[in-house]
Amino acid sequence: MAFNIRGAWSIYQRELMRALRTAFQSILSPVLTTSLYFVVFGTVIGGRMEPVDGVAYGAFIIPGLLMLTLLGETTSNSSFGIYMPRFTGTIYELLSAPVGVAETLIGFVGAAATKGLILAAIILGTATLFVDYEIKYPLAAIGYIMLVAASFSLFGFILGIWADSFEKLGIIPLLILTPLTFLGGTFYSIDDLPGIWSTIAYANPIAFLVSGLRWTFYGTSDVSIWVSLGLTLGFLALCTGIIAFIFKTGWRLRE
Amino acid sequence: MPSRKIIVSTPMEILRCFSPERLADVLAIAARCATSRMMSDTILEISGLTKVYAGGTKALDNVDLSIRKGEIFALLGPNGAGKTTLIGAVCGIVRPSSGTITAFGHDLSNDWRKARARIGLVPQELSTDMFETVWRAVSYSRGLFGHPPDKARIEEILRSLSLWEKKDSQIRELSGGMKRRVLIAKALAHEPELLFLDEPTAGVDVELRKGMWEQISALRERGTTIILTTHYIEEAELMADRVGIIRGGKILMVDDKAAMMKRMGTTEAVFQLAEPLSELPASIAEFPVSLTDDGKELCYRGGDGSGSGSEQVAALTKALIAAGIDYRGIDIHDSSLEDIFVDLVSAREEETA
Repeated sequence: MAFNIRGAWSIYQRELMRALRTAFQSILSPVLTTSLYFVVFGTVIGGRMEPVDGVAYGAFIIPGLLMLTLLGETTSNSSFGIYMPRFTGTIYELLSAPVGVAETLIGFVGAAATKGLILAAIILGTATLFVDYEIKYPLAAIGYIMLVAASFSLFGFILGIWADSFEKLGIIPLLILTPLTFLGGTFYSIDDLPGIWSTIAYANPIAFLVSGLRWTFYGTSDVSIWVSLGLTLGFLALCTGIIAFIFKTGWRLRE
Repeated sequence: MPSRKIIVSTPMEILRCFSPERLADVLAIAARCATSRMMSDTILEISGLTKVYAGGTKALDNVDLSIRKGEIFALLGPNGAGKTTLIGAVCGIVRPSSGTITAFGHDLSNDWRKARARIGLVPQELSTDMFETVWRAVSYSRGLFGHPPDKARIEEILRSLSLWEKKDSQIRELSGGMKRRVLIAKALAHEPELLFLDEPTAGVDVELRKGMWEQISALRERGTTIILTTHYIEEAELMADRVGIIRGGKILMVDDKAAMMKRMGTTEAVFQLAEPLSELPASIAEFPVSLTDDGKELCYRGGDGSGSGSEQVAALTKALIAAGIDYRGIDIHDSSLEDIFVDLVSAREEETA
């Protein structure tokens, strides 16, 4: 047995089932949150805003809002997926099973990424109720969403292994991801920021992600799509490397 | 490996057995049986296994142990002796500090995937996914270990553990005893050849414990090799073929249960004498006896675990009558594995003190 494909599939299936079991939390709550953003920013405030880069404000914020939810949900989904077995002790089974880093990642991260895609579809569906928009490069958009979902699932996986308390588990998404996403050009174009602030904003990696996704939607972006793509791929590679290292050393997994 | 059955029922078929290709088959099977018997005699080989935890605790200290195919091996030891660490090291939960573990001929440090697919583990803690149904939890375990879905097999496992009626219940709805059986079902889902049971009957009531013992025996009948840890000596005495005693991370002794009982077991009989004695007549003194309680009691200690002690006690009673020594009562008992265990552990304690 070189690669336990059934093992990977079992983890993947189970993680998806877990999401269905908590469908209300996993699917409905982000839909509700996003709807509120659309109502407040898209319809109420957006009605008084000038178009940004030739895109109506309501439509302009869609990629950013999508990114906001996608990052938060895939990170927390994936981190919970691995943290809970550690917390309850059920991880013994995974550790004693003939599955290695590849099977584990395909299972956990694949499922988190799939959930991310489903979530994106639901959010985009919800958006059509509030604003008119068209996606310029739909395939690129799907590809980019998948890439981001996979990267942040890996990130969440690392988080779930690192955390040794529920507090730590929640702190990174709450204190780092959410502020960075808000400041990452979700609601505005970074170039519109005054002076020094626009330079500072470019130090925020999330800005590149939002910009990249916005390009797939409308063909306009703050930075070149290749920079965004390169950065995302780099992040993906970094996270994969860290996880491979974790499995090799058994850090926080095997005593 | 593919199995090719040769069914021989008529004289013609017997003759056909000697056709060249049949003969080759027969020889191949015979050779395979012979080599597999030779190879599979030892199913698990642990040598020089040491585990030092990050805090500096030495949980295992140079442990050597080999487990034979088909046996029930009981690992006996007080709390904190290193039983769970030893199991964890074999099952991939604990990283050994040094030493080698070979299971089914695969070195666990590099060939772990193949070995682990054939090993099952029932942990001590009742760790289960509380919101999962019994059926899904068990099916998941089967898949995780690389086996294709097999509803009939899972039904069989659930029925044998009296869990069939609960298959659609969430695990959190089950009682403690049932949860433990779910853990056993999960460990059996991939049909392991080597099964670890870490304190299988801890916190289980007497009735259920008996049920558990029956299930363990049934597994052995099917050819599963079982390693169980316990601090119920009764359990080891009842079930095990061989017993290993572990304390402070070291294996103090490994032996066949019967041999251990025989070597270290004794019979003790205390006679309450009608009249106190100051000294024993020669016919009595040749027995391994002593006077205790100011001569009011005659204490016999001897024999071994094989029953020779009780024969000697019978002879002693006749000798006492013949010598005209009267007694009011006899209290007789054979030492159990528990006495042996307590003696052994306390002896080592004195040694190290």
